[in-house]
Amino acid sequence: MVELEVSNLYVKVEGREIIRGVSFHVGGGKITVIVGPNGSGKSSLLLSIMGHPRYTVTQGKILLNGEDISSLKPHERARKGIFLAFQNPPELPGVNILSFLTEAASKLGRPSDIGAVYASLQAVGLPKEYSDRNVNEGFSGGEKKRLELAQAFMLDPSVVMLDEPDSGLDIEGLRMLSRLVRDLASRGKAVLLVSHNPKTLEYISPDKVLVLVSGRIALEGGIEVVRKIESEGFPVIAE
Amino acid sequence: MSIPVPIEELALPQYDISSITYKPRIQLKGRISRSTIEELSRSKREPEWMLRLRLRSLELFEKLPTPNWLVGVEELDLEELTHYIQPDVERVSSWDQLPSEIRRVYEKLGLPEIEARVLSGLAAQFESENIYLSFKKFLEEKGVILMDMSEAVIKYPDLVKKYFMRVFPPSDHKFAALHGAVWSGGVFLYVPPGVRVEAPIEAFFFVASELEAQFEHTLIVADEGSFIHFIEGCAAPLFKKYSFHDGMVEIYAHRNSHVKFTTVQNWSKNLINFNNKRAILEEGAVVEWAEGSLGSKVSYVYPSVILKGRGSRASIYNITLAKGKTWKDSGAKAYHLAPETSSEVVSKSISAQGGVAVYRGLVKMARGARNSKAAVKCDSLLLDTESKAYTYPKNEIEEDDALVVHEATTGRLSEDALFYAQSRGLTEDEARRLLVIGYVGDILKNLPFEYQVVFRRVLELEFEELGGYG
Repeated sequence: MVELEVSNLYVKVEGREIIRGVSFHVGGGKITVIVGPNGSGKSSLLLSIMGHPRYTVTQGKILLNGEDISSLKPHERARKGIFLAFQNPPELPGVNILSFLTEAASKLGRPSDIGAVYASLQAVGLPKEYSDRNVNEGFSGGEKKRLELAQAFMLDPSVVMLDEPDSGLDIEGLRMLSRLVRDLASRGKAVLLVSHNPKTLEYISPDKVLVLVSGRIALEGGIEVVRKIESEGFPVIAE
Repeated sequence: MSIPVPIEELALPQYDISSITYKPRIQLKGRISRSTIEELSRSKREPEWMLRLRLRSLELFEKLPTPNWLVGVEELDLEELTHYIQPDVERVSSWDQLPSEIRRVYEKLGLPEIEARVLSGLAAQFESENIYLSFKKFLEEKGVILMDMSEAVIKYPDLVKKYFMRVFPPSDHKFAALHGAVWSGGVFLYVPPGVRVEAPIEAFFFVASELEAQFEHTLIVADEGSFIHFIEGCAAPLFKKYSFHDGMVEIYAHRNSHVKFTTVQNWSKNLINFNNKRAILEEGAVVEWAEGSLGSKVSYVYPSVILKGRGSRASIYNITLAKGKTWKDSGAKAYHLAPETSSEVVSKSISAQGGVAVYRGLVKMARGARNSKAAVKCDSLLLDTESKAYTYPKNEIEEDDALVVHEATTGRLSEDALFYAQSRGLTEDEARRLLVIGYVGDILKNLPFEYQVVFRRVLELEFEELGGYG
């Protein structure tokens, strides 16, 4: 079973320390949720795990099945099974979904035929005709989120990081997301999810909730932590 | 719906062909004089009017100044070039009949396979003459003429004389005049009224020697209501010394005809390339130029349209790759002379490793071009800090209600998009290649599938060589 462990991680971006001594682990089949106020470092933490070159790990380790991957390039991390569904996925002008997904899937040794692309689009409620459209070009916020989930489906990673996958989704989309996240965990994936939506979190029923404030984990617990935040707010937690 | 490009399934052009030597039958070298021209014309058994056109062009060439804005042609010395090389090979219509040494070159370039899969006709020029020409019998029966240009001058003098260098006169500039004086090779294509040739016809030009000058002339006449897609391909091995190309393409699009002209230019990296391309459009005619300028060291190419008839429409799409110590000057010219005409120019350049890409364009809305519109979009992609891109658009508007829109952008690859692609398992180089090919994707998708593959593959090969950009 896969295991992602983040140990005493410190990260700087443009000289500023944004992650300060974060430690946690996510095991296969488990769902861990990260919540926290805006600017607390949630997205930065996920981007650091994915290996974004702007984020420099100054201390600590990122261990995947015991191997420190913190100096690996992003594509090497992807090929080891780490996946990030972006909060704001960029457009790839002129690159259509079909060619992008088939190339990515073949790099990761996954089925890369047109049928696999259609199946992944349909799994997230996007018409298969979207395969001919350019990646994220002219997409609504909700469509972008669905395309991220379609990639998680097609590329079949072992660690799935989802950065606010529920923003911009309609009610049907939220149901689909919740089903998909639970399904990923039931298939042994380690799921790391950033979300602000208490309803999504209630439905998903995470195994662990981490509250990130100013780059540090301020609180850790189960779903009751989400309820506490909902009633008391982040400032109380931070204190 | 497009399908993933099965690049490995198609025999792809191999652009690493080493030098090929084949004994010439006739060669004309050195200073271009009246006697050189007379000898060339005599060897081709040309009628008197063509000799006169050549001599008049020579006079113009001697009189006209070299444009003072040309860059990178300092080494060009016309006196050291061979202007005409007639290979010692008879023209054939079957690949098997070619000498094996030459046939292998074309096989490496993938031409026989592309011909079998896509084309309805193909002319292959080696040095200064066509050595292979073949096209479908049913088109011949419909009255389509596809013929070596010199042969057409003799066989259809009245038809050829009506158009030859009337679309692009030798007086236009010094190198048009030079072309008029020493042109050789190229094809004549005539499509009769109402005939639609759905599968493309290709002419392929191969420069096989260093210090060789190639001056092929392509003339396309699309009669009323006809349709034709013509493709030209170019290649040359890399020699120690430079070669020179000064070709010309003239298109006459009669009323309601439709002509597509696509160029896949992949000359070697030490070839100096001038190409003179112009089309005249009658009422309701449509002309689409697509110019892929991938090879050569120095290149000056501006496909042009003269929208002479009411409601005529044109598009000019350019992809220019300036990699390494190259100067790629490309652009477009659209002359709107009649009402309700429209033109669209889309130019995309990629500069890398110190390459310079220039867009030079002209839109002229003449008095009388009422309710006409022109849109120009030129994008420049710089892949490093040593490379450069310049844009010189010019608009001349003499009609108040004409609409001219110009957009230009210069940028680099988005770091976010690069990271995104890498997060899906692509290496940094693979991600760059994907985004660069995507950048020209809108233009590529207008090409026949097989040529999209060729374009993509050539770009991919360039990127394999390049590795990562700084």
